[in-house]
Amino acid sequence: MTKDACKKIVLDIIADIAPDEDLSNIKPDVRLRDQMQLDSMDFLDIVMELRKQHGIEVPEADYIHLASLDSCAEYLTPKFEALGK
Amino acid sequence: MSFTPARIVITGIGLTAPNGNSLPEFRQNLLNGVAGVEPFDVRYMGRLIAGVCHFDPLRYQTRKGLRVGTRAGSISIYCAQEALKDSGLAFDTVPKDRVGIYIGCTEHGNVETENEIYAISKFNYDTKYWSHYHNPRTVANNPAGEISLALGITGPAYTIGAACAAGNMGLIHAAQMLRLGEVDIAFCGGVSESIHTFGIFAGFKSQGALATHEDPKKASRPFDKGRNGIVVSEGGCVYTLERLEDARARGAKIYGEIGGYCVNSDASDYVLPNPGRQAECVRKALVNAKLTAADIHIVNTHATATPQGDIQECEAIRAVFGTGCPDTSINNTKSYIGHCMGAAGALELAGNLPSFDDLIVHPTINVDDLDPACAIDGLVLNTPKKVAKVDNILNNSFGMLGINSTLIVKRFVA
Repeated sequence: MTKDACKKIVLDIIADIAPDEDLSNIKPDVRLRDQMQLDSMDFLDIVMELRKQHGIEVPEADYIHLASLDSCAEYLTPKFEALGK
Repeated sequence: MSFTPARIVITGIGLTAPNGNSLPEFRQNLLNGVAGVEPFDVRYMGRLIAGVCHFDPLRYQTRKGLRVGTRAGSISIYCAQEALKDSGLAFDTVPKDRVGIYIGCTEHGNVETENEIYAISKFNYDTKYWSHYHNPRTVANNPAGEISLALGITGPAYTIGAACAAGNMGLIHAAQMLRLGEVDIAFCGGVSESIHTFGIFAGFKSQGALATHEDPKKASRPFDKGRNGIVVSEGGCVYTLERLEDARARGAKIYGEIGGYCVNSDASDYVLPNPGRQAECVRKALVNAKLTAADIHIVNTHATATPQGDIQECEAIRAVFGTGCPDTSINNTKSYIGHCMGAAGALELAGNLPSFDDLIVHPTINVDDLDPACAIDGLVLNTPKKVAKVDNILNNSFGMLGINSTLIVKRFVA
């Protein structure tokens, strides 16, 4: 699993969660919340979809790592790799 | 001490029914005999029939709004926005804390609960996969709350649980709140998302009360000998109600005036209706409206096409209207759209309000062989009837646990 592949997975989840948003110009190093309308329930959606679709658990204390695409990739890529993905 | 209640008028109507997504379309289909029942797949039960609404939810909601909210919320938002548009209110100048939302529901939350249980069944019933949206989607005030969010209304917004009497109850409660001075404008009526829960179909089937017919459009047949139960439908109808002085001050179009009403309870059975209490409800509504039975020109029945329920309502109507009301026509709207549950009373009233202007009574369709036990005077069957006068419309809606509601709307006369 490359970090770019990980970002693609997160973006696909966000596309379902925020279907009205234009995701073509999302800056990976900027907080997602600063670039689109995402509230706390939406972040819980990301956590839920990672759990449902990929079997990845994100403990509440680690939610901070889902702030931007870059931080998502840093945090999630090892988890995907640990699952042999 | 005497109390003269304020006159309350209807100034806007927004609706979605299985055979129309606006009042003109709905009315035209009622006059043309166009039913709106179709094949419908139900989880665990396969292909059944239902009344399905085909409004465009994206007219007033974002795709995210649709994903987060409920079907009942979508129906509510569509109807409320249409009612607002129809009312001609300059809503940006309206103090939003003086607006109330009162939405009747037969039930709420079953759809989302069934969906979530089905979803976690794919994960061996592990509840960590249960949606964090479950609670906001299933709270009983959800449909009213979604209108509040959509329109930025900060006044009271809640639902009224009254089984299938709920549509009338929305209007009645709104009129009461306007008269108390609690609000200046009310969005009120009823909604139902019921077709998206298998439970209501399965429940009626177990009760022997779910309609079947090879032609879905002929399945809902109140008063016909061959009737065999209820067609479950979704739908919604939201009205704007105002005090007359406010409506006149802004030159609003007025559909009619709340004439009188009654809500009572059978206190006799969980599901079986009580004709004595139904008749009492109608009589009390007449007293409340200061009218006699002969003053009513249209009675819109609740009849759902169950073998026993229709007979019992006819018994109640016969007891009140008898043979001494030659100018009273009696019809039924469920024969077109099935039973829209919490929306039924509000929708069925709306379908009849244009009679004030066109003096036509829409018929009960699908009556090929009238049940003699339902042969009450004044029934309008299968073809519309032109009448000389429509000044008062009486709308019946009854529900389980024995709740009855009768609402009378009068022609508006300044």
